[in-house]
Amino acid sequence: MEDKIKKVSIIISKGSLVDVYPGLIMANGARMEGIEANLFFTFFGMDAIIKKRMGKIKVATVGNPGMHMPSLVGILPGMSAMATAMMLKTMDKLDIPPIPEYIEMIADAGGKLFACKATVDMFKLKKEDFCPQVESIITVGGFYEMAAGGQIIFT
Amino acid sequence: MPQKQLGGATVDVDAEGFLMNTAQWTREVAAAIAREEGIPELGPAHWKVLEFMQKELKENGAVPTIRKINKTGIVSTKELYDLFPGGPAKKAAKIAGLAKPVGCV
Repeated sequence: MEDKIKKVSIIISKGSLVDVYPGLIMANGARMEGIEANLFFTFFGMDAIIKKRMGKIKVATVGNPGMHMPSLVGILPGMSAMATAMMLKTMDKLDIPPIPEYIEMIADAGGKLFACKATVDMFKLKKEDFCPQVESIITVGGFYEMAAGGQIIFT
Repeated sequence: MPQKQLGGATVDVDAEGFLMNTAQWTREVAAAIAREEGIPELGPAHWKVLEFMQKELKENGAVPTIRKINKTGIVSTKELYDLFPGGPAKKAAKIAGLAKPVGCV
């Protein structure tokens, strides 16, 4: 058998619902297999760990061909909220939790969460702006150090 | 079909060591699988999880997810990972004599 993957470090860089979930599912799935998992949130992906924003992440209905909906329809008021509600409902049935609960679950499972220093400086954020599961704010260099010896996944 | 000596009994297992026939499961078999999985002894908290998983499968036809186990308040997610280190859902299902969980969560 091939060598097993022992560690993954996943970067979440975009902030719509469908951009955030894959990284969370992969991190949680790694922990379920006994694989060490680090999550590094950067740019708009950081919304997933910002206390005020993590519960309000939406599906993008404009410029998202996967929606199978003309962008002109996507701009209508309430479309994004409706698509988000529908998706969250479907996911809940599959036992995929909403983002704040998922973050807590991954941290409880031993996954480690980090915020990107460059983005923190750019958006003038502080450690207190983040959910308590975030371990620390680290630089890109710090991320590479932490990811050493494992696989890196960019989402 | 491969067979294995576990807890003083001969049981049918699949390639990964999951029991093929739930009827062959006993507490002794469970303890033997647990030892193979690096859990020297099954305590009361382990049994609570194992029994809940068996009950869920019987009642709902599916092995419960980690989220469900946490929500039911049997043990927290943290405790579950401590009880079954290195892959709680899979290990607990294996020890409980159930099939390998197929979900992604």
